[in-house]
Amino acid sequence: MTKTTIPVHLDINGDRHTLQLEPRVTLLDALRDRLGLTGTKKGCDHGQCGACTVHVDGERVLACLTLAAQAEGRTVTTIEGLAREGELHPVQAAFLEQDAFQCGYCTPGQIMSAVACIREGHAGSDEEIREYMAGNLCRCGAYPHIVAAVRQAALEVQS
Amino acid sequence: MRDFSYLRAGSVEAARQAAALPGTMILAGGTTLIDLAKCGVAEPDSLVDITHLKGLDKIEVSARGATIGALAKMGHVADHADIKRHFPAVSEALWQAASAQIRNMATIGGNLMQRTRCPYFRDPANFPACNKREPGSGCSAIGGVTRGHAVLGTSDACIAMYPGDLATALIAFDAIVHLGERQVSVDDFFLLPGATPDKEHAIEPGEMITAIEIPDSAAARRSTYLKIRDRQSYEFAAASAAVGIEFEADGRTIRDLRVALGGVATKPWRARAVEEALKGKVLEPDAVRAASLLAVEGAVDNGANHYKIELAPRVVARAILKMGETA
Amino acid sequence: MTLELSLNQQPAHLRQGSSIGQPLTRRDGFLKVTGAARYAADNHPPGMLYAVLAVSSIARGRVALLDVEAAKAHAGVVEVMTPENRPPLATDPDAKNNPFMFRLDLLQNDHIRYPNQTIAVVIAETLEAATEGAALLSPRYEAQPARVGLDGAESFVPGGVGIGSPAVHHKGDVEAGLKSAATRIEATYETPAQYHNAMEPHAIVAAWDGDSLSIDTPSQGLAMAQGRIAGLFGIAPENIHIRSPFLGGGFGSKGMISGPQVLGILAARLVGRPVKLVLRREQMYGPVGHRAPTRQTLRMGMDSEGRLTAIGHHARTASSTFDDFFEPAADASHTLYASPAIATSHEAVRLDTGTPLFMRAPGEATGSIALESAIDEAAAACGMDPLEFRQRNYAEVEPMTGKPFSSKALRECYTQASERFGWQRRPLQPRQMPDKDGFLTGWGIGTATFPAIMFQAEARAVLRADGSGLMETGAQDMGQGAWTAFAQIAADGLGLDIDQVDFRAGSSDLPNAGIAGGSGHTATAGMAIHNAGAAVITRLADLATRHEASPLFGAGNEGVLARGGRLYRRDDESRSESYGEILARAGLAEIDGRGTGTPDSASREAYAMHAHGAVFAEVKVDPDFGQIRVTRLVGAFAAGRVINPRLVRSQYYGGMIWGVSFALHEEAVTDRRSGRIQNANLAEYHIPVNADVPSVAALLVHEDDPYVNALGIKGVGEIGITGTAGAVANAVWHATGVRPRRFPIRIEDLLG
Repeated sequence: MTKTTIPVHLDINGDRHTLQLEPRVTLLDALRDRLGLTGTKKGCDHGQCGACTVHVDGERVLACLTLAAQAEGRTVTTIEGLAREGELHPVQAAFLEQDAFQCGYCTPGQIMSAVACIREGHAGSDEEIREYMAGNLCRCGAYPHIVAAVRQAALEVQS
Repeated sequence: MRDFSYLRAGSVEAARQAAALPGTMILAGGTTLIDLAKCGVAEPDSLVDITHLKGLDKIEVSARGATIGALAKMGHVADHADIKRHFPAVSEALWQAASAQIRNMATIGGNLMQRTRCPYFRDPANFPACNKREPGSGCSAIGGVTRGHAVLGTSDACIAMYPGDLATALIAFDAIVHLGERQVSVDDFFLLPGATPDKEHAIEPGEMITAIEIPDSAAARRSTYLKIRDRQSYEFAAASAAVGIEFEADGRTIRDLRVALGGVATKPWRARAVEEALKGKVLEPDAVRAASLLAVEGAVDNGANHYKIELAPRVVARAILKMGETA
Repeated sequence: MTLELSLNQQPAHLRQGSSIGQPLTRRDGFLKVTGAARYAADNHPPGMLYAVLAVSSIARGRVALLDVEAAKAHAGVVEVMTPENRPPLATDPDAKNNPFMFRLDLLQNDHIRYPNQTIAVVIAETLEAATEGAALLSPRYEAQPARVGLDGAESFVPGGVGIGSPAVHHKGDVEAGLKSAATRIEATYETPAQYHNAMEPHAIVAAWDGDSLSIDTPSQGLAMAQGRIAGLFGIAPENIHIRSPFLGGGFGSKGMISGPQVLGILAARLVGRPVKLVLRREQMYGPVGHRAPTRQTLRMGMDSEGRLTAIGHHARTASSTFDDFFEPAADASHTLYASPAIATSHEAVRLDTGTPLFMRAPGEATGSIALESAIDEAAAACGMDPLEFRQRNYAEVEPMTGKPFSSKALRECYTQASERFGWQRRPLQPRQMPDKDGFLTGWGIGTATFPAIMFQAEARAVLRADGSGLMETGAQDMGQGAWTAFAQIAADGLGLDIDQVDFRAGSSDLPNAGIAGGSGHTATAGMAIHNAGAAVITRLADLATRHEASPLFGAGNEGVLARGGRLYRRDDESRSESYGEILARAGLAEIDGRGTGTPDSASREAYAMHAHGAVFAEVKVDPDFGQIRVTRLVGAFAAGRVINPRLVRSQYYGGMIWGVSFALHEEAVTDRRSGRIQNANLAEYHIPVNADVPSVAALLVHEDDPYVNALGIKGVGEIGITGTAGAVANAVWHATGVRPRRFPIRIEDLLG
């Protein structure tokens, strides 16, 4: 059906997948359209909103500006891979408790970003959290509760 | 996005050879290239992914200065302890750029190749005229929405603003771009639009940025990057200044001063007139403010961007005075 | 005025231990934090194709040429839908037979009436192929000059504004009031076009099976969408099943089904396979509505004691060339400040844009920022503290109509919020509060208000022999918390623990829950749920009290109460029986009851019904750079009964942040030559990022309202934006001495 496809091997949430893809397919579209991992959201498709934030080799990146082929040989973690055996990650639990979302569409990206933000050591103060979470837009305006959730989760993760 | 072929470079040499082919582009972090491919601005036939090359992401800081591999990520350089200590303006320019996610993707080499945010440049489907994309086709921005356009270094052919932060800091401290063996100063690396706005960088087909070198200087060690914008974060500069200062032994007289502007010009903009006016003088607020006005000498606005001419000297003055205070 | 109303609705008796008022976490929260919540675009039925819109470059004219062959030649492209081959519709998409019906662009011809209007739909095996196929159409146009801006066309007085409000209102003699005034102000304020920009782009997955249609799409009004689609395609509404369990934000843009969503259905019809169509972000600037720009002139007169003698509020706004929606901005002056004379009026121009629509607090938001700014100017002209000035002109009855308020705890809002904020330390004059870092600090106030609207809704309640309950209504959750708040009302209404209640919503095969808009969904669908619960409890009580074997025998329906899955005798709570026991004895697996939610016309005739609030803002402005940062926001709101304070606080925060965004960030900027919006993206169309939002406090002020509805619910979704936008603008004045009259306030406005 398409002119040239290449095999792409992806390691996502600990599972290995082999896809036959056109090189132009982004990691975001591969996750959503080929692998059924639709927790990662598309808000702008241009790196302007953060809804598609995933971890590649443990660092937060934007799946909409990453080609799927670029992720070969690296480990990818999405929102679906965060909870372990049904147990919510402390950041997920804090988002739930602090009501850190409304419509929920930006939430997977916010949570993936928050997990990395804490890991990077950029959750030391409310001001720092606000700056280092600035790459994740929330149109509902859940920001005050997002800050509260990241603050709470940072304390739990560190203790 | 047009389809393209994708291959991974096995070595710098292989990447260079591939990139010399017409229609082939080097892919690093992808934050500019994939974005522009989606806009229809970049239409590569072939991408050469260099992100898996080993050894190109080193950050080395010594008494002579810093050498940053082209594949070092913006976020890593920003957080690097020695960069923070020796080149605070560089670290500050980086962490105030884009978002944490983009800084984890974008490489230092790729950052230098970042392209303008001019909305007319970015929209070929709706604005076919753009001298940067299609030489000779005209400029859609002139006479259009110009609040974000350049006031310095413009030409009749192009008023697109250079949006980056890092290069503004680099140009202040005489950084050097390594293109393999060839070396070019950052100032020379970025070209004025003139009659050929399509030619933005002094890089030839088959060349690839391999590293950036920033010479050590007292001014760099005492430096800052001040970025003013509408939003608090995740936005390009309305105006920014990278400033470094070195005092004589008296702690008051300016021995060395570096001033560069961002957000106002068609390329990273070194404000040498401000530097020369203040070198050898005692740091004094009124003198600093007066000299800072020289930063926008020759500036030309297009209406909505007039405020940048007012704003930029104030940003420069504040940054200089701030560096003076922290003796 | 005395009121003798035979209200058939008594204030709801809240059963002991009710889940109403509890700060429960969201019942859909687990799904949302794990990525398992399924939004429309997350669906992928077998055999599905991808559709991508090709949209117009020009604002006005016609499409002269499309290279359909080039698009079709792209590998993976299956079909290109143009006016030539678009499947037929039963109704002209330009027909309009009620004010909630808006004209749609469904490839009915080759005419272009705004930028980003759809000119073709490319359908392909992959998203990548469809996207590139759309680019390959390389359209040619015959263009005409675009009509742009509030001065871009001749103005006229529209037949109505908002939904059916007259364009002109008055009471008393404004000119006389101004003439007699000791102090007068007149000021003109401009607000820009704004775009909803829900994080979730409009999306649809449509699948036909003969003349039956299955749809996943975000909708704030499932039944209305179902009816509209049925009319367009000439099929029965019940043959259309729409699922919308989660909206990734709506804010009004998903109230009516939009053209692109219908095009997805048409595309599926054309190719005979399921189709997914998702708007690209830039394509959301045109066919899915926006907040129209306004230019508002306020005139006020005050007597020597600072009492208003007249308010004149005139608004100029814009609609599209082909449809009518007129932002009712001036109507904001009807309800807030007492004045013997008030006149409001509107005029409009027609521009080559998509049709503006409802956007969070339509009319109230635009009107509020102008009114609150003008009130602040009036206070300053009188030399009065702006809070004192507002209290001096406090409306004891609704100013325009003279009706009493069904409830109004605005005084308490002023008191609680000002105390929390520390307002009494505010110097009267501007530029009096430089801080230690050299920033100019300013404090501002705005009054918030929003009408307590209700629509029509239905719900069905079921009690089962196993003791559990079911509540069904096609309610829509766009983030306000419908899944949780309605389950709480349902549990209360059924006398069950919330965990015993199966609550179903978000689907068009459930009873019509009305529209999630106008801040009226909780009240409307909530009342339907409440009444459905009462109906099924009545049936249950009938079964028990009429049966001799029941301990409740002979108590009568009024003599029992429902709690915790049991019915109790009111006069002797030691006598009770579980729901399961009652149903088992009756040999019934389940019983059901239905309820409706509807505004009570008698009480609405007698009373003005509004939520109120007071918002205080602190800003810091860099005196050299004109850079504005909001550093504190305190709001206090009284909006009747609070179903879930956790969710309500989030709604207030969201609204207040929208207020900040209105004052400082949002603006669609149009290229005057082409008519195109040049910042149609999320990098340059600014909404606040996390770093722009300071500490926010929202105080929930107690308010009992016996008239608004039996549950006493007003609405909280939109009020936060009102008041806040003006408070921020007024704080900027207090910081700098510069009175903002153009929004958003930009760096260049304060450079001096």
